[in-house]
Amino acid sequence: MYQSNYRGWLGRLWHWVFLSLCSLIFLLLIGPLLVIIPLSFNADSYFTFSEGMLRLDPEAFSLKWYREILHTPNRPGSHGSEWASAAWTSLYIGICATLIATALGTVAAIGLSRPEMPYRRIIMAFLISPMIVPIIITAAGIFAYYSKYHLAYTDLGIILAHAVLGTPFVIIAVTATLTGFDTQYLRASYSLGARPIKTFARVVLPLTFPGIMTGALFAFVTSLDEIVVVIFLASEEQITLPRLIWSGIRQEITLTILAVATIMVTLSVLILISVELLRRRTERYLAPQSANRA
Amino acid sequence: MAKAAQPIMIDGVPLKERLAQAERRKKYIAFGMVLPLLIFVIVTFAIPIASMLFRSVDNPRMTELAPNLVQALNEWDGAELPSEEVFEVAFIDLTAAKEAGTLGRIATHLNYSLSGGRSLILKTKRKFKKIKSPPYREAMIKADKRWGDINTWGVLKKVSDRYTTRYFLNAVDRDFDNDGNIVEKPEEKQIYVTLFLRTLWISLLVTLLTLLIGYPIAYLISTQPPRIGNLLIIMVLLPFWTSLLVRTTSWIVLLQTQGVLNDIMVWLGIISEQGRLQMIFNLQGTLIAMTQILLPFMVLPMYSVMKTIPLYELRASQSLGANPFITFWRIFWPRSIPGIGAGGLLVFVLSVGYYITPALVGGSKGQMISNQIAFHMKSSLNWGLAAAMGSILLIAVLILYWLYDKVVGIDKMKLG
Repeated sequence: MYQSNYRGWLGRLWHWVFLSLCSLIFLLLIGPLLVIIPLSFNADSYFTFSEGMLRLDPEAFSLKWYREILHTPNRPGSHGSEWASAAWTSLYIGICATLIATALGTVAAIGLSRPEMPYRRIIMAFLISPMIVPIIITAAGIFAYYSKYHLAYTDLGIILAHAVLGTPFVIIAVTATLTGFDTQYLRASYSLGARPIKTFARVVLPLTFPGIMTGALFAFVTSLDEIVVVIFLASEEQITLPRLIWSGIRQEITLTILAVATIMVTLSVLILISVELLRRRTERYLAPQSANRA
Repeated sequence: MAKAAQPIMIDGVPLKERLAQAERRKKYIAFGMVLPLLIFVIVTFAIPIASMLFRSVDNPRMTELAPNLVQALNEWDGAELPSEEVFEVAFIDLTAAKEAGTLGRIATHLNYSLSGGRSLILKTKRKFKKIKSPPYREAMIKADKRWGDINTWGVLKKVSDRYTTRYFLNAVDRDFDNDGNIVEKPEEKQIYVTLFLRTLWISLLVTLLTLLIGYPIAYLISTQPPRIGNLLIIMVLLPFWTSLLVRTTSWIVLLQTQGVLNDIMVWLGIISEQGRLQMIFNLQGTLIAMTQILLPFMVLPMYSVMKTIPLYELRASQSLGANPFITFWRIFWPRSIPGIGAGGLLVFVLSVGYYITPALVGGSKGQMISNQIAFHMKSSLNWGLAAAMGSILLIAVLILYWLYDKVVGIDKMKLG
């Protein structure tokens, strides 16, 4: 820790100005997310805090927008709530895309971390590029090309596109864990008679597990939040959660969307906590080395 | 001096060779592990994008619709009016197109480059019935005297080229005139250069704004003890993990005229009920929302550089009598510059290609180049122009990406 040693009233004043400035910036970061939470419990259908809400009158709060999520009628032809079936579609696509991205990305990241890997830098740059290329170019290209192979308007098409968008995160997360990986473990495993496959399953996988999980979570969230590829590639029937929110915002934004948004913010908090726990786990493994550095 | 004998393995192979073999094998194994993903990314991502961008120079329409005419025009030297044979081929191909119902598409295609091209084709079409026998040349010129103008044929030859630069010219508000010269489009049709510049301007502003408000908190976080620092970093990571659509939604709720911020200002008496501010669905909305959404991408790289600055050096500086400002300026600031580079480049790259947020909160004045590409892909269906604009955007992004790799290194990229 570093404590600035301010002298005189001017220094102290600046210190407080700086701290309040930082608080304001944190408010800017978090505030917009927090505002929607109480609003989603609004008993009225306005996007502002009613007087009743400000007085904390229980009458002014209600769960009706959450009930609305469960009771929004679906398109003709399918039953259940519109939001629930969109959530299932998103979940299905997200899980499939994550599995592909994680499997391919993990193996590739392990290869990339080997010191013998040829053309490492350029290949890495190429494999990370789906994260950098503007999404509209990716979506347009994928739509035009997948149409030729009857992959447009199919679940498989969206899954493949989301998988490729998720792989950079898996690579980054797994390579990050592997930079602290001690290759002595491999030699120890080999010298004890384990074959490469067994070494991979019993030594490499458990040690890189936190990185793999972090990458997988990122890939999953990427798919769950992806809208541009879906707009291009999805048929009328393939409605994902982001697509429903997107069309909701574009037509008329309702408090039901805020209720959904609140659920999603809660989900983000849960995911963030899991990632944080995973990160601590990695740090524990790498603790001896970090200790050396300090 | 005699060379030392090379060590030989028990099977007679020199050790050096054996080692090289083992090295090669390791190389193949490493590459083999990367290969599946490499193929996957090439097939599902790189080839689609390349083939899409190829449309920016591809010009297959005439070759598809009037193949013989295209060939005949290729052989024509353009020095004087084409011969009777070319006219005959033209007559046959256009008649065939008329029967196949594709003549309208040829007319439209010609009209892009030749003003009045559509009427020329359609007028000729009506008079084709009267043309029964050769010579076609005279008959066609009689049908419309523009067929006797070498300029018409020059343009026809140009639009029949297999490859074209027209889409790229269009993407920078230029076009060919009837003589084949590159000219600026009429002023009221010049929109794309402005849009490219606006995209750069928005990205630059967003980068500067995120830097300006991101630096203080990155500094604060990196100088705190780990317990508080971790808590603060989580506050930066939370928006990073939250759905982009959700964050954009919350900005609409906050900024719209009947929204939370306007309400607060009316309640505080800063503005009157009638004077509610239009803060969203314009350029300002795009700027505010993008700055907040991209802020974590600025703070996280800066923080990861700043936390490597040893705090004992700051303490040393203070104990030697420097005041906090000098300590910051002489010790902290110079070492934090790589973080600024990393964060700045990342935010700039990401904002140049932004689509969703401008589409939802940008109104008409806050649109960026991506939104125009989407418009040409989905609504106007001018894919060639969309591909040309996309190529320009992609080249800009790739240069920045290359710069990022040079300055920061892609392997240094982290997820919080």
